[in-house]
Amino acid sequence: MEEGEIVTLIGGNGAGKSTTLNTISGLLKPRRGSIRLNNENLGNFKAHEIVAKGVVQVPEGRRVFGRLTVLENLEMGAFTRPSRSEIAQTLEQVFTLFPRLKERESQLAGTLSGGEQQMLAMGRALMAKPKVLLLDEPSMGLAPVLVDSIFDTIRKLHALGTTILLVEQNARMALQVADRGYVLQTGEIILTDKATALRENESVQKAYLGVL
Amino acid sequence: MAPLLEWVFSGKGLSVAGALAIAVIVIASEVLGNRRRTNARNVTAVPITPRQKQMRTGALMALLLIFPLLLGTYVSEVLDQVGLYILMGLGLNVVVGFAGLLDLGYVGFFAIGAYAMGMLTSPELGLASLSWWTALPIAVSITILAGIMLGVPVLNMRGDYLAIVTLGFGEIIRLLALSDALRPWTGGSQGIQLIAKPVVGTMVLDNQLKLYYLILAGCLLAGFISSRLRDSRLGRAWMAMREDEDVAQAIGINLVATKLLAFSVGAAFGGLSGAIFAAKLGAIYPNSFGLLISINVLALLIIGGMGSIRGVVVGALVLVGLPELLREFAEFRLLVYGALLVVMMLYRPQGLWPEDARKLEAHEDDGLSGDSSAAPAGRIIEPA
Repeated sequence: MEEGEIVTLIGGNGAGKSTTLNTISGLLKPRRGSIRLNNENLGNFKAHEIVAKGVVQVPEGRRVFGRLTVLENLEMGAFTRPSRSEIAQTLEQVFTLFPRLKERESQLAGTLSGGEQQMLAMGRALMAKPKVLLLDEPSMGLAPVLVDSIFDTIRKLHALGTTILLVEQNARMALQVADRGYVLQTGEIILTDKATALRENESVQKAYLGVL
Repeated sequence: MAPLLEWVFSGKGLSVAGALAIAVIVIASEVLGNRRRTNARNVTAVPITPRQKQMRTGALMALLLIFPLLLGTYVSEVLDQVGLYILMGLGLNVVVGFAGLLDLGYVGFFAIGAYAMGMLTSPELGLASLSWWTALPIAVSITILAGIMLGVPVLNMRGDYLAIVTLGFGEIIRLLALSDALRPWTGGSQGIQLIAKPVVGTMVLDNQLKLYYLILAGCLLAGFISSRLRDSRLGRAWMAMREDEDVAQAIGINLVATKLLAFSVGAAFGGLSGAIFAAKLGAIYPNSFGLLISINVLALLIIGGMGSIRGVVVGALVLVGLPELLREFAEFRLLVYGALLVVMMLYRPQGLWPEDARKLEAHEDDGLSGDSSAAPAGRIIEPA
């Protein structure tokens, strides 16, 4: 992955998309092969150290801390960062990106709607000022309108220069925002190309875009 | 004051008339309090000024200091026991309430604290005859070490599995104390006698009233440490871990260190409680450290409000204090426990006096595991 680009991993159920993300963020250990960030092998580090290096995952299924408030959730996202003034600055940026979260600042995260929880999960990850943001199925279980708004946000983050690895079932949307894509099938990369090229690819269209 | 006391207490327990009078007062205040609370709900809460808060704390402290002086030995004894349970409750609250690690063998730390104190101070065993105060830091350190030793093997365990292993831990400690192999050190079924009493200046703390002040000091210290930890970075990490271990890890929390610190702090408070307990009785036996203590401590957390420091105090008063006073109904104690727990879970799952933030939520409380994602949707109960 190059700095500042959006790369998407697409593939069916059980293709190994989430496993790939979890391995990158250190929640799982690679059996073989290695994961490198600026020539450093991430496989040698524990999950919390990888976060401190700037690789932050937004886990699948909007897992927010339900019994903490929105603000507390966001503050937890900045757990690895020492400087309070910088954290406050990032908090402002997150609130600019998600004005909705500002409105709900003191509400318990568990009482937010699904879309708001997804925004919160993304906001929380952004609080760590990630170099690379790993997004796991951000559109899962959301109404189409909300899916659009989540993808808008991904575009905005891209415009701000964040490097993003996006795992998605919704291949159509993913290929629209991404620069490049990898197609994963039962743990193997079967295809890789520019996102625009993948969209035109016949077999991808058949298998993942529902074009007959 | 004295005739009133005689009327309320007869012999070793409450008189029937006294019990009725107390019940009426409690119910009346609860009903009136409820009415006032309902009214107050429509009014914006007036924030308490720091000065008012200071005065309240001062008044409470004064009350705590003179209370047992007025009420005599029997009440002091009850308050001592409540205090020891508050100490244990504060410790378990860190482990279960803050960090969400369900520990059913908490009595193990209480036992280790008590036995360490016994072994270090009793001349009977001939191991060491330290003074209570010299032995205290050693006993607490040993308990912390035990906390870490329990913590390491269970690092990767969650929920039910953790509960079973800790349950075993508590029993293992009791059985070790009872075992013949360790008799030279633990005294086996004979236990340890002649345990040193704490001495302050020239005064030996050898009765319930004097020990009350020691226990009070211990509780205040543990309460202070708890509240500072709760609002610290570590406290936040504990709560994140309680809510969702995977996400906690994904936002950069070191789970190993965070878990072990929770076990250590919990163990330290339990060990302190055990060390005071040993001195209070002067003798300890393996059977004083049964499973029931673990259950009682956990029950008082649930009653008071999981994760709530003031809840621990309320829970201990209710679960330990009341049955002590209601000696005459002692046989029904466990029945009352069970009934109380069921009623609590149904009508007030957040506990009698939860933390403020917990009151705001829709109570999709799931009891012990702290895993809110596992709670079925739609189980919403209005706050009482």
